[in-house]
Amino acid sequence: MICQARELYGASPEFYKDIHVFWELLCSHSLEALVKVCLEKLAKCILWGMVNFHYTRACNDCWVSGCGNGNNHFLSVSGMRKINGYLCVCVCVCVCVHIYFFLSLYSSPLHPSLLFLEKYKTYNFMICYQNLLLKENLPKKFPMTAYFSHTVITELCGAKRVGYFGPTQFYVALKLIAAAQSGLPVRIESIKCELPLPRFMALKNDSEIRYSNPADLHGLKCQIPYVTMEKNSFKRMDDGEKQQETMSPTMSPISSPPSSPSNYQRVPLTYGYGKLRSGMDQMHAAPYEARQVALQQEGPTAGSHGSKPPRLQASLIRSLSVEREPQESNNNYPDDPWRITEEQREYYINQFKSLQPDLSSFISGSLAKNFFTKSKLTIPELSYIWELSDVDCDGALTLPEFCAAFHLIVARKNGYPLPESLPQTLQPDYLQTAFLKPKRDCALFDSYSESSMTVNQQPRDLNRIEKTSMKEKAELTAPAQEANIDDKQALKISSVDEAMPKDLSVDPATPKDLNTLRARPRSRSYSNTSLEEAMKRVEEPPTPPPRPQKSHSRASSLDLNKVFQANAPAAKPGLLPPPPALPPRPFVSQISHHNTNNDSISQPKPPGQPPGYGDFRLPEQTEQVSEIELHPQLTRTPSQTEESGSPVKKDLPHTQPPSKPIRRKFRPENQVMENQEPSVSGTSSVPTSKPHAPVQKQSSKQKKAIQTAIRKNKEANAVLARLNSELQQQLKEVHQERIALENQLEQLRPVTVL
Amino acid sequence: MAVCIAVIAKENYPLYIRSIPAEHELKFHYTVHTSLDVVDEKVSAMGKALVDQRELYLGLLYPTEDYKVYGYVTNSKVKFVMVVDSSNTALRDNEIRSMFRKLHNSYTDVMCNPFYNPGDRIHSRAFDNMVTSMMVQVC
Repeated sequence: MICQARELYGASPEFYKDIHVFWELLCSHSLEALVKVCLEKLAKCILWGMVNFHYTRACNDCWVSGCGNGNNHFLSVSGMRKINGYLCVCVCVCVCVHIYFFLSLYSSPLHPSLLFLEKYKTYNFMICYQNLLLKENLPKKFPMTAYFSHTVITELCGAKRVGYFGPTQFYVALKLIAAAQSGLPVRIESIKCELPLPRFMALKNDSEIRYSNPADLHGLKCQIPYVTMEKNSFKRMDDGEKQQETMSPTMSPISSPPSSPSNYQRVPLTYGYGKLRSGMDQMHAAPYEARQVALQQEGPTAGSHGSKPPRLQASLIRSLSVEREPQESNNNYPDDPWRITEEQREYYINQFKSLQPDLSSFISGSLAKNFFTKSKLTIPELSYIWELSDVDCDGALTLPEFCAAFHLIVARKNGYPLPESLPQTLQPDYLQTAFLKPKRDCALFDSYSESSMTVNQQPRDLNRIEKTSMKEKAELTAPAQEANIDDKQALKISSVDEAMPKDLSVDPATPKDLNTLRARPRSRSYSNTSLEEAMKRVEEPPTPPPRPQKSHSRASSLDLNKVFQANAPAAKPGLLPPPPALPPRPFVSQISHHNTNNDSISQPKPPGQPPGYGDFRLPEQTEQVSEIELHPQLTRTPSQTEESGSPVKKDLPHTQPPSKPIRRKFRPENQVMENQEPSVSGTSSVPTSKPHAPVQKQSSKQKKAIQTAIRKNKEANAVLARLNSELQQQLKEVHQERIALENQLEQLRPVTVL
Repeated sequence: MAVCIAVIAKENYPLYIRSIPAEHELKFHYTVHTSLDVVDEKVSAMGKALVDQRELYLGLLYPTEDYKVYGYVTNSKVKFVMVVDSSNTALRDNEIRSMFRKLHNSYTDVMCNPFYNPGDRIHSRAFDNMVTSMMVQVC
């Protein structure tokens, strides 16, 4: 190879000579030696205190380019595929001593030779040899980071215009990300100011997130690049996308549900990443691998674009996965996946209503089967869930049973293994009493009521005698003492008083016994006598107050609740929202909405727009715009939420008509707004929201009316459109038949004539 | 002790077979299969006139030197066959009846599940647990 010297910028002559040496090595084979030399050189540069120098070398088929400041450097060697197929691998090494590399980079103008690189359409690979670095005992802060760029950011930084991510675009993009993450609006101006470094998810572990070095963004993970070395189908402009691709396999486990603990920062990242995938797809014709990866990515995170109920579940998953982390951080309860939150309960009840308007009646087996089959779980799993939830084994589901089954399905979709037996919190009688009692916001009460419930259950079911005395004793003693002690005392009291022969000491055992006992008589009557008894018995309200109004629900976004919170801010967060104003809508109309509401989803204020409908993947850019707007709000500190609270709250009545509980889940905006809600509703106190309340109520009512009207019209439109299409279909068929018949006639005619 | 429990469909194919210990599984399957003839014989012997009063519990189908085979048929012609170790002489007829009743109840629960199609193999965990308890308990 012939080395061609390029001019260096801001480098000393010695450095130039060193680069020469380095280049000689590069032209020889040993890549590792190359890297070693690189590092030595860079170390020297650090000593020299070179600031913002850039250097570029080129030869016939490679470019090496580097950039650095006193602290960080990275080199990129871009290789071009030779005619004989030999691949020259790019090595990008980044040594970080501090993490302020970025700011210095931003302030430095780019060297024209780097720009030359961009124009040079080569196949560019970047690999980070972290292992190598570690071997060299270099400073450790070299985590593997993922990066993504938001499409808006992409636009702003000019990559979209140029068609690829060059260094300029890349730097600008990262700075915009930092701006977005620190709550500033995403504008070019915002990058002028001093920004903290953008935070990215790290592959390794969360502790290294803080160490994330944007300089590493040119470098990628070790393992993956070895694979990418084999691939040689990338253009220079797809470099950015390639990086995303390699990110995506690692991103998807991070962004997908259950067990990964994370911090709140992940929330915008997962959204952004999802947008990124679609954004990048829009940007270029994505190579096949990207699409593959995107499909896989879409699978766990966004669900299919198919029919509604799968989307329902998918959105459940997505919102659950996204909201899980903040929720867990706010969780007052021990991490119990089998506890149904308030929002979940509302949602389940609404689903029940859609199948069976009478809440006290049953859902038949076939109806439930069709409904649950839409969740795309396997039949054996659904069968098992049914077994768990249908405790009286009558082939039909009451409301509590239905809620339990639904909750199990939701949990299963989120990856929780199904339990061996129905958990206590999903038992029908537990749920039934939970439904009836006023919800209270007290964890202590909850545990107390559980124990009292079990206590109550036992005498009721085992002896069928009025146990008010025992219960009262339990209640009296409870406030004074711990719930657990109460339990035992109450148990003892009950056993002493009633002289119960059975052993009540083991709480977990008894529910099972109850189940079996209840199952045995096999009361196929539809009177729910046991439940009615429970209703009678529990007179005092030691209710299981299900949950404080948590920020994020496990089940998907029941924005309904948030709406009600917004509309009735006088109500404390724990109370039940008022019932929906409109009658529940059947599935059909909701499905029809799916088609009609594709368009006007962009803003959070589409009047009358049932936000949950429609294919939200299509109007992505508009979504992303609003996404961006919401991002700063998301990341704003709680102290600022009061200001943002009122505008956000005003947005809510527009977006969420009250009686549209169900299909709203898909909406990432909704989820994001839900995320906002915690900061909004959790922190904004009641007095501050009260002034907004009366104004909001009136305008919201008007808007609701308008929304309902619009919705009705849209439904009618949808129905008529479908009818039209069906009739067209029939017309076509009839036409074809006619043609066939005419042909036959003509064939026959000559015969008759003859 | 119940060494093998089988649920046979109306068309005489097995819906559920489980046996302990595992090495004699084939032998038990064969036994159950041959006992089906006896079941049919008993059912037809009861006569069509007595359909209403037909006893569900068929009693001892046939004994061998090692074990006894009991049968039970439901109104939908689903047969339960139980193979019991002969060495366990303490096992009385009433106990067998109660075991069959439990089996019948569990089977009904399985049928109630809308996700279960009649004629499918039974995969219900509750049913499995019940059968396990019977096989172990009678042990």
